[in-house]
Amino acid sequence: MSKENFRQSTRLYIQALVSGIAGCAFMILSTFNMLPILKVGVNQIIWVIIGLVTLGVILYSAASIYRNAWKAFLGHHANMDTLVALGTGSAWVYSFFVILFPMSIPVLARHVYFEAALIIIAFVNFGAALEIQARGRSSEAIKRLIGLQVKTARVVRSGKEIDILIEDVLLNDIVRVRPGEKIPVDGEIIEGQSMVDESMLTGESLPVMKKIGDEVVGATLNKTGSFLLKATRLGKDSAIAQIIALVEQAQNTRPPIARLVDRVAAFFSPAVLVLSILTALIWFNFGPEPKIGFMLVASMTVLIIACPCALGLAAPISVMVGMGKAAEWGVLIRNGEALQQATRLTVIMLDKTGTITKGHPEVTEIISATHWDKDQLLSWAASLEKGSEHPLGQAIIDVASQKKLPIFQVNNFDAISGQGVQGIIDNKQFLFGNKKLMENFGIDIVNNNLRNKAQELASLGHTPMYLAIEQEAVGIIAVADPIKPESKDAIARLKKLGLKIIMVTGDNEITANQVAKQVGIEHVLAEVLPKDKTLKIQVLQKQKEKVGMVGDGVNDAPALAQAEVGFAISAGTDVAMESADITLMRSSLHGVADAILISRATMRNIKQNLVGAFIYNIFGIPIAAGILYPFIGLLLNPMIAGAAMAFSSVTVVTNANRLRWFKIGEQK
Amino acid sequence: MGIMINILSLILVGLIIWWFLIAKPRTQNVLNNTENSLDIIVENGVYEPALIRAKVGQTLELRFLRKDKSACSEVVIFDKLNVSAQLPINKYYVVNLTLTEPGEFEFTCQMGMYRGKLIVEKMNSHL
Repeated sequence: MSKENFRQSTRLYIQALVSGIAGCAFMILSTFNMLPILKVGVNQIIWVIIGLVTLGVILYSAASIYRNAWKAFLGHHANMDTLVALGTGSAWVYSFFVILFPMSIPVLARHVYFEAALIIIAFVNFGAALEIQARGRSSEAIKRLIGLQVKTARVVRSGKEIDILIEDVLLNDIVRVRPGEKIPVDGEIIEGQSMVDESMLTGESLPVMKKIGDEVVGATLNKTGSFLLKATRLGKDSAIAQIIALVEQAQNTRPPIARLVDRVAAFFSPAVLVLSILTALIWFNFGPEPKIGFMLVASMTVLIIACPCALGLAAPISVMVGMGKAAEWGVLIRNGEALQQATRLTVIMLDKTGTITKGHPEVTEIISATHWDKDQLLSWAASLEKGSEHPLGQAIIDVASQKKLPIFQVNNFDAISGQGVQGIIDNKQFLFGNKKLMENFGIDIVNNNLRNKAQELASLGHTPMYLAIEQEAVGIIAVADPIKPESKDAIARLKKLGLKIIMVTGDNEITANQVAKQVGIEHVLAEVLPKDKTLKIQVLQKQKEKVGMVGDGVNDAPALAQAEVGFAISAGTDVAMESADITLMRSSLHGVADAILISRATMRNIKQNLVGAFIYNIFGIPIAAGILYPFIGLLLNPMIAGAAMAFSSVTVVTNANRLRWFKIGEQK
Repeated sequence: MGIMINILSLILVGLIIWWFLIAKPRTQNVLNNTENSLDIIVENGVYEPALIRAKVGQTLELRFLRKDKSACSEVVIFDKLNVSAQLPINKYYVVNLTLTEPGEFEFTCQMGMYRGKLIVEKMNSHL
């Protein structure tokens, strides 16, 4: 708890104690008939003194409540303070009126309610103090994230390693990170290697190997080796700062379900004021004697029991805890709407490359159909792929560079989306891509048996790509993208959650089916161009499906935006994925299941809170008004109403805090 | 006497409805086209001013000063604009808003107890 909150809750506890002691003392004296009888004379003077002392205690303990109520009134607002101030204020005013003019009130109604006002105020303050403490706990997740930030860094300047404040680190500074230390800033390793524990940001429990050229994220823990990194992102651009900003922002958003409460909240307190007057009128017109006493007690109890705070808190406090909990698991939910939508999904569409598979394909086979040797084919293919950004192409470039093969100048290069690339090398027209590309250019792949070989490779889950020179297919280069080891388990978890899983890929049908079979997916959409993924989602949406799309957040941006919920797998570095509703900090499909589980748990919690708060008010207010009195003679004591009201908000906050103990890991 | 009490009570009900649900706060700030900055005090359960009028296209700099220590006041949310802020005590916190469309945008605390309204009007409308 922050110092300010600690001071505030301590003050409230003391105020509660003072008014509570005064109220109890009054009650004890009254119970044992130790207070003078209400009548004119000396007794009246004693009662005036008691009344003024009570007023002093009320003002000490509840001055802020009265001040807030008055300010709100001037601003045409009514809130909880308005209700408490009116309830307790009317109790004191009526009691003092009885003291000053006892004869003007019927004997049966000649009663004072100082103890009610004092004890109600004690409960209200006590409840507010508890609420501050509980709210402090609900924002623990964000505090933990803030606490992860490192204060100093060891930078290399003029050949010397010096410790400086994190704010003084400059972009491109070389930073030394030793074993067991937290990595101070985001950067790229330029010397050394180590195992890094990124669990605090990604939720991934196993340390990850980081070597030269790899990116590391500030606030993660260096386990084994020592390395030098070049600072690439600092301050508010750093991953941790972005995560904190995103979670803070998300925690204050509301799911659509909470909009109902917003509409109710605006009318709630004025409606309670009206109800309390109507209650008084009903008792006045139809109630038994002493009518004035019943009027006062019932209308005061209505004012006191009504709790707009419990209603107002129901959704925000659960969202705050739920979003924080999700962040602990490396799941960043953009807003309350995404949270609610995630609970309604019926279909999860998974992109294959980089989502189910590692996204780092390897060359597995090179087949030459003519006199050209394999290295020559590889050399041409790598030259063509230089201009492409496709991950499959990168695998070919990597092998060519390892083999130190020549890279040729490519003219008139063109990437044909979903098919391949074309270009001119040494005045010859080259094509490199899938079957569709060959068919579109009318190239024969049947007679030279390449199609059969390609099908064989595809049936093993490899992606064959044809190379054609001057309209003649000369060979195949096959690449395979290894499946992530956890994909199968994660997909099984998603199925267990009742979701239909569809894999979508630009790959040919045979390769796609092979991968799908290995991870347990029955529904496959193969040979889908990137732009057509959006159309496929639209088709599903027309069938009343709620679609969650999982992709890398870059190539799949339109599809992520089209889906009800777009999940972007960020691999721990790019946090602010514009098109994604939910960003997964670790490159694992388990994150999708985690996100859905925590969303469902949070929404369940919100509903519990909302139902609880609505039921409390819907039943509490009529009972307070005395609806049960004609049947069973029950009229609620205003002090009990005060206790109920104070603890209703605390119950809501405590229920939300249960989410902190929600264990996603156990659900795996 | 009884009739009088009934009539007075019903008048009181009418006044409550009028005051809280129909009448608008008198304290309002109208930002003309050249003014972009406004201080909003968060104190005693209310935003002061609680009603702000501005024009489409303006970039507002709302400087919130939270004097209220209650937990409820620590967050201000412009729900429709998808903007929220954690307000420190006794320090200004600036919320920047770019007003791209006309409409009424409520700003509230997390529980909806503190309430304010930003009315964004079209450029040619009269304030």
